[in-house]
Amino acid sequence: MTAPTRKGVHARLAVSPPGEPPRFRPGRTLRLRVEFVRQLKRRRTQFAGAVVVLLPVIMAVAFKVGGAPEGRRSGVTLVSLATVGASNFTMFVEFAAVGFLLVVLVALFCGDTVASEASWSSLRYLLALPVPRARLLRQKLVVALSLSFATIVALPAWSLAVGTVFFGSAPAQSPVSGTLSFGDSLGRLGIVIVYVCIQSLIVAGLAFLLSVSVDNPLGAVGGAVLLFVVSNIIDQITALGSARNYLPTHFQYAWVDALSPQISWDNMIRGTGVALAYGAVLLAIAWLRFERKDVTS
Amino acid sequence: MRSVGWRARLRSARVIVAVLVALVVAAGIALATVNRTPHIRTSSQFVAGTPEGDTPVQLDTTLYLPPATPAPAVLLAHGFGGTKDSVAGTARALAQAGFVVLAYTARGFGRSGGDIHLDSLQYEVKDAADLVTWLAGRPQVRRVDGAPQIGVAGSSYGGALALMLAGTDSRIKAVAADITWNDLAAALFPNADGQVPGVFKKLWAGYLFEDGLSQSSPIPVRPGAARESLAPQQPSDVQCGRFDPTLCALYLDAARTGRPSPALLALLARSSPATVLGSIRAPTLLTQGQDDSLFPLGQADANARGIAASGTPVRVQWRLGGHDGGGSLADSTLVSWFGDAFAGRVHGRQPFRVEQQGAVISSEAGNAVPQMLTVSHYPGLDGENHRQVALAGPPQTIAAPPGGAPAAITAVPAIGAILGQFGGLSGQVSALSLLPGQVAGFVSAPLTRPVLVGGSSSVRIVVTAHDSTDATLFLGLRVVSAQGGAVLPANLVAPLYLSGLVPGEPTPVTVHLPAVVTDVSAGSRLAVTVATTDLSYELPANPRTYTVALAPGSTLSLATVAGTVTTSGQPWAWLIAGGAVALAILLGVWLLFGLRRRVLHSAPEYADVPVVITDLGKTYKDGYRAVDGVSFRVERGQVVGLLGPNGAGKTTTLRVLVGLITPTSGSVHVFGEPVVPGASVLARLGAFIEGPGFLPHLTGLDNLRLYWAASGRPEAEADLDTALQIAGLGESVHRRVRTYSHGMRQRLGIAQAMLGLPELLILDEPTNGLDPPQIAEMREVLRSYAATGRTVVVSSHLLAEVEQSCTHVVVMHKGRLVATGSVAEIAGGASMHLAVDDPQRAAQVLAGAGIAADLVPARRALEEVFLDLVEAE
Repeated sequence: MTAPTRKGVHARLAVSPPGEPPRFRPGRTLRLRVEFVRQLKRRRTQFAGAVVVLLPVIMAVAFKVGGAPEGRRSGVTLVSLATVGASNFTMFVEFAAVGFLLVVLVALFCGDTVASEASWSSLRYLLALPVPRARLLRQKLVVALSLSFATIVALPAWSLAVGTVFFGSAPAQSPVSGTLSFGDSLGRLGIVIVYVCIQSLIVAGLAFLLSVSVDNPLGAVGGAVLLFVVSNIIDQITALGSARNYLPTHFQYAWVDALSPQISWDNMIRGTGVALAYGAVLLAIAWLRFERKDVTS
Repeated sequence: MRSVGWRARLRSARVIVAVLVALVVAAGIALATVNRTPHIRTSSQFVAGTPEGDTPVQLDTTLYLPPATPAPAVLLAHGFGGTKDSVAGTARALAQAGFVVLAYTARGFGRSGGDIHLDSLQYEVKDAADLVTWLAGRPQVRRVDGAPQIGVAGSSYGGALALMLAGTDSRIKAVAADITWNDLAAALFPNADGQVPGVFKKLWAGYLFEDGLSQSSPIPVRPGAARESLAPQQPSDVQCGRFDPTLCALYLDAARTGRPSPALLALLARSSPATVLGSIRAPTLLTQGQDDSLFPLGQADANARGIAASGTPVRVQWRLGGHDGGGSLADSTLVSWFGDAFAGRVHGRQPFRVEQQGAVISSEAGNAVPQMLTVSHYPGLDGENHRQVALAGPPQTIAAPPGGAPAAITAVPAIGAILGQFGGLSGQVSALSLLPGQVAGFVSAPLTRPVLVGGSSSVRIVVTAHDSTDATLFLGLRVVSAQGGAVLPANLVAPLYLSGLVPGEPTPVTVHLPAVVTDVSAGSRLAVTVATTDLSYELPANPRTYTVALAPGSTLSLATVAGTVTTSGQPWAWLIAGGAVALAILLGVWLLFGLRRRVLHSAPEYADVPVVITDLGKTYKDGYRAVDGVSFRVERGQVVGLLGPNGAGKTTTLRVLVGLITPTSGSVHVFGEPVVPGASVLARLGAFIEGPGFLPHLTGLDNLRLYWAASGRPEAEADLDTALQIAGLGESVHRRVRTYSHGMRQRLGIAQAMLGLPELLILDEPTNGLDPPQIAEMREVLRSYAATGRTVVVSSHLLAEVEQSCTHVVVMHKGRLVATGSVAEIAGGASMHLAVDDPQRAAQVLAGAGIAADLVPARRALEEVFLDLVEAE
């Protein structure tokens, strides 16, 4: 390659003596806006967004084409009421997505954030900039959790919109008994969203810990999901009795208590306690590990 | 440095495996501790019961002994048509919980002798007292102050026995009676206005009698049986089976006429707990099923009132299921009840529990599952909280068909369970329970608030019989949903029998509707239905018509339950514990960060020296010592070449220099400030280490912009144009980095390091992947960069390169410093070279010419020096 402009560079360097040392403010490094731009332009973020947008539409079309599903022998279920109206449709989408899809997406946002920087080698340049390590993690976590929560909010919100178009805004019908007005069901939906956000702290913490421990994004995301699935499987062993209450996934679905005529808060309260404890422990380990880690990748 | 990547990968695998193993081990331990079931010893024996006249009667019993004795004992009675084997599961569960259990077969059933007297005080109850005496003699039964600790439990037939035994035998210390009767006459001839006898419950009576008969069919040799010697079967034997002949005859009479004789009523009274309830002193648990058309909740209510009247603590629970099917009493309920009762923890007012069908949504499948509601005390069948619901509907005339056919189908023994499954769901099957022309209905307006109906609601109606002096009617409380489907909760109807009517004359009557537990949502209506037929009951044979109307001003007095959801444990404790853990950890981490902040003092004497490295050592976690005792300094304006073969420790040194890794010993100062991860002084330094690192999904330009933005410094300081010109990528800066060649990335990486024209530039192998013109160009850039008073540190394993572009050299090998100094010093002093073919002769010639000449070794190439140095090691 020829370098016709290089002489200009030399001239410029010659007249640019080192001035005052730059004023460096650690609190301004890697601002959230910058990190958001870095993450939002990524394919995986756009892919996740596409899934959230398409899933409710696909489900609504499937229900429209395949007809209303029938109640099974176990009684009236959320799925058999899915086509009653927008609220019921949303509840069903939420029920179907919480177990795996939202777990994967949260694990993706939180597990991939540091590990992918390590795999691109850009992590060491951020640290050499220097972005203080604790701040790097904080900014990354804030952005990853924001994206996670945005997904958790966006899925039901979008489902509500899609459901209204396909099935109208009939009052929500509870599988237990009776109906909830549209306003009531919005309130219940809000409770559900808040609880799912709190519960997602567990998988977020797990993924984030793996993200700072592993230089491979796939390992971090996959590892978090794998551990989550294992916890779910152990939760199926009823012989474990009350020991299962301490599994990270045990209270994952406690939000369905918010759909009963009388909201029962007990398991949501327990689940919140468990999520806070797990989230704090996992994130603390992540911070300590990263602070003393030798960045060699 | 590939090995580092492998190590990292191995480490990550290890983390995942470690967590997995920990989870599996925890699960295994939990499984092992949970599944350790205690060993139960059993022994079967016959115990003498009350003789049948002169014939001795032997009772078939099994004793279950828990691992630890002496222990409190429970006498366990079975239901009608069963044997001691039908309660084996419960017996075992109780024994595992630490109770001695004596299960036995009641007289007239199984291998026990004697006739069926329907829990008669003279026979079955006395048998049970004999068994208590036998139990009291066992050494395994615990005694307190000399009194054996014995309780009694049973379901249905066994439940009534339990109550009657407790009412006649003061040795009983605790009672649990499940789905049983209070007054057998009221159960078999119920009446919604309370006047017994009412309408004959013929289908249930028939099924029960059949159950008793089936006890007779195969009679091989029954040990202890009183009738085994009857070789040829008598007609009475076929007709009455093992029923007591007197009882049998009275029943056959009642079944034929539909009305009980006084003799039968007297006999049924002797078989009813109602007569002895006032004598019960032992705390009593009464569980009654909500799906029970044989012994509805009202029977338990009468028992509860009878026992509580004498101040004895009684606990009532309305459970799911019952004789119409749908679940049995949980063994755990019995275990905790007897545990409390024998420990003396049951006194005073007892809480009342209601299991509510389909009240919450299962988190596992999204379907409805039951939940338990607790009320502080038992409010009684009619409830304490009433809601008055206005009903509307004109007087309606309904007909009873001749012969009572066709009849409405509601709860039917044996198939009731099947009907209940569907009837509760769709309302389609319950259409069978409403036959046109036979039903009058009175409907409320849609409810504005949801309500949990619990107990027996009442309403006042006026009945006019047109062509008879008596009336048989069936009352139901139905829930009509907003969509229009009508549901009859638990498929229960209350029969009403009125006698002494005058045809054509209206008779007002207050009726008690069936006691049910059902959730009624806002928007639903309630309907009271009055029908003339029901398949399960004795119906009048002659056709007749009635007119049914609401009494003027009458409202439906709805019995409601206001319970709290029964919670297991303290949910708030979880939140508090979880929150405390989270807070403590966050605080701990925050403190730890504060404490761990390395106390490294700046060295003002080095404030003007770009790099001072003192005795640097770094040992990686796997024990590999990458750098050992390296010290050197870099002055302003120098271009320092860090030279050494692969694995010499160059990259490790540079990593420490930018704070990526922490040295195990020694220190690094940049402009007098100690280098630690995130040290502010690193802002004065630009680095390119171990190849470029970019976000592949962004363009080269975006990468540089965002990188600079991440530093938080003003955009004007970046000098982006200079960097871009150094990169020399032309239009390619607008392409994604993903598409770049190795050399392009390399140049972009160097440009990134030069953003903001840092005072100290660190380049690790910068010429990798560059072509010769670019290398030459790079050399120029470095030289002019240093000429401005800035400093450059370049590492390389290409010796010629270092020689040409550097002013100073630091030579490393195997982690140690080998030599340091200016290129000239290292490579030897400067002098002129004159190539001659014969040096010796040339020297002589020069000496002759008067020119002083020394033979000195030629200045060596750096490469030779380097190889010498390395070999000297």
